Amino acid sequence: MTEPTLISNAVDASGIKSSPEGEGAQAVYVYEKPVRLWHSLNALVIVALTVTGYLIASPLASVGGEASDHFVMGYVRFLHFAAGYLLAIGLLFRAYWAYAGNEHARQIFMPPLLSREFWHGVGHEILWYTFLVKEPKKYIGHNPLAVLSMHFVFVWGALFMIVTGFALYGEGTGQGSWQHALFSSWVLPLFGDSQNLHSWHHLVMWLIVCFVLIHVYVAVREDKLSRQSMLSTIVTGWRTFKDDKPVDDVH
Amino acid sequence: MNETFYDVMRRQGITRRSFLKFCSLTAASLGLSPAFAPKIAHAMETKPRIPVLWLHGLECTCCSESFIRSGHPLAKDVILSMLSLDYDDTIMAAAGHNAEAIVDEIVEKYKGNYILAVEGNAPLGEDGMYCIIGGKPFVEQLKYAAESCKAIISWGSCASWGCVQAAKPNPTRATPTHKIPGLADKPIIKVPGCPPIAEVMTAVVAYLLTFEKLPTLDRQGRPQMFYSQRIHDKCYRRPHFDAGQFVEHWDDEAARQGHCLYKMGCKGPTTYNACSTMRWNEGVSFPIQSGHGCIGCSEDGFWDKGGFYQRLTDINDFGIEANADTVGGTAATVVGVGIAAHAGLTALNRSKKSGDKQTGAEQQ
Ligand code: HEM
Ligand code: HEM
Ligand code: SF4
Ligand code: SF4
Repeated sequence: MTEPTLISNAVDASGIKSSPEGEGAQAVYVYEKPVRLWHSLNALVIVALTVTGYLIASPLASVGGEASDHFVMGYVRFLHFAAGYLLAIGLLFRAYWAYAGNEHARQIFMPPLLSREFWHGVGHEILWYTFLVKEPKKYIGHNPLAVLSMHFVFVWGALFMIVTGFALYGEGTGQGSWQHALFSSWVLPLFGDSQNLHSWHHLVMWLIVCFVLIHVYVAVREDKLSRQSMLSTIVTGWRTFKDDKPVDDVH
Repeated sequence: MNETFYDVMRRQGITRRSFLKFCSLTAASLGLSPAFAPKIAHAMETKPRIPVLWLHGLECTCCSESFIRSGHPLAKDVILSMLSLDYDDTIMAAAGHNAEAIVDEIVEKYKGNYILAVEGNAPLGEDGMYCIIGGKPFVEQLKYAAESCKAIISWGSCASWGCVQAAKPNPTRATPTHKIPGLADKPIIKVPGCPPIAEVMTAVVAYLLTFEKLPTLDRQGRPQMFYSQRIHDKCYRRPHFDAGQFVEHWDDEAARQGHCLYKMGCKGPTTYNACSTMRWNEGVSFPIQSGHGCIGCSEDGFWDKGGFYQRLTDINDFGIEANADTVGGTAATVVGVGIAAHAGLTALNRSKKSGDKQTGAEQQ
């Protein structure tokens, strides 16, 4: 697929401009560079956290020899914690960008839950995924179902992992550390004990794994079947459309 | 009028030299600087002795057993003489109505001034009939004694959390001290463990009696000085954990070498207690040192979380017994199969649609 040229000042007030492909369809600059960078970094970090997290709970086969010659578990845990910090800093940054960036950057943080139209859209997406309508709607931003799952599963899920993760981390750094003061001190009593906290941190990992599986499948599927571009959009930021009809989510 | 601690100790035949030694020991075990030893001595010489009333509910007596085996014989003698063990079901001399009268006497005489130590817990089921003391439900004795006490010590995991007698489905409704409805609102110090370490118990009592205030408690109500670190934080097998050297079977070479017991279900990483630093039986050993993983005996709910020999424990919130990997792995598999099926259906639909297109479908 040819990439639209990235000259954002060629864009008119509504952010819509003619596609450089000259097919008459429009292209919209949707995901700004920070959002795209965050998306790929975040995806990497989540994969790293899932792999190392799983290995923390079910460690690799034991190594022989002297303990002083190895640091396997130490490195796995270090990677997990380093990635944990990246996840947290990334999400903080992404939340800031919801404020500083364009309107699409706000979507996953503020689903318009009170709008009837939004819920209509969700209903329509469900019908679309259950093969009950023939034609998908056309969206500049995320589709309403995507917004719902990104908000409730990803944003809240990641926040949950960060809060529980730092609470677990604070157990190691101990009382007097900021991780303990900010997180462990209230999260541990909330979950009852450390073992429960581990179990919930572990369980929500699987929720995020499910999200990622569906997310990647749907992204590829929509790229093929929907009326707008998907994969190229998260790479270049530009949304292109496959037909000339009006979009369904003009804000 | 009232005897001081020191008077009592002297009466019990403890020399001044031993007394001073005990004060330094106590300061040390409380993590205080040596400068505190004279302060403790002074307090004990001048303050009237505070009686401790020690009640027993549903329990196995392991806390008492631990307590009287307090590592340092000196500490034991001193503490035992400090405690008013006029009433302690397990070791008191009196019996029957005479014994029960002692409770009334202490409650009357030292109103608002005695420490109530509770070992075991009160079953609330059938109006408390599952534990009867002197003809009455234990829960009533507990409430009565709590009414005029100064503070309550919940000994062990029974009084602190409920322990095995509160295990699902808890037929007698065994209930830890702080959850007894209608119990007087008194400060409660939890000293969990099954049993708690003897030196921890004596140190908590010594602290209360000498400083006349509660030790600093954490959010769960445990004295911070003994429950602020996990077994895992100070475990001598920790280097093997970091290296990735685990016991995989009870009879393997790693087990003989004393490698980390994580894969055998050791709960050291989630258990707050002082075993790995203070150890047991005068510092001789502790479970991990003897080759068995920690079972998390000082943690709330440790009895209801599935196997002691599994790293991942059961999550009970779903009404089924399953750990995070069974629940989550199943969900992920279902999602994976669902995706495959959906992709298949999609492909099928598309080929149907491209068939329709020939007959002039409006969509491209
Ligand atoms: C661990 C992995 C991943 C996570 C947690 C994740 C999460 C997200 C989130 C939160 C968004 C919303 C972006 C925003 O509005 O800020 C998003 C968008 C997107 N992601 Fe991912 N992602 C992951 C991996 C991937 C992969 C591997 C692909 C490519 C196959 C992908 C393709 C996309 C696309 C195309 C969008 C834009 C969707 C749209 O335009 O509606 N993601 N992702
Ligand atoms: C998507 C994000 C994350 C995933 C999927 C994840 C996954 C996991 C898993 C599966 C475990 C093992 C739990 C068990 O004992 O059963 C774990 C442990 C842990 N995680 Fe995470 N985690 C995430 C985020 C974080 C974050 C942000 C932090 C914060 C620094 C963190 C810190 C920890 C700590 C401290 C442990 C305990 C390590 C130990 O017991 O040795 N995690 N994680
Ligand atoms: S034996 Fe238990 S407490 Fe010790 S290092 Fe291993 S997991 Fe931690
Ligand atoms: S090692 Fe663990 S199970 Fe054993 S006594 Fe200590 S806290 Fe209890």
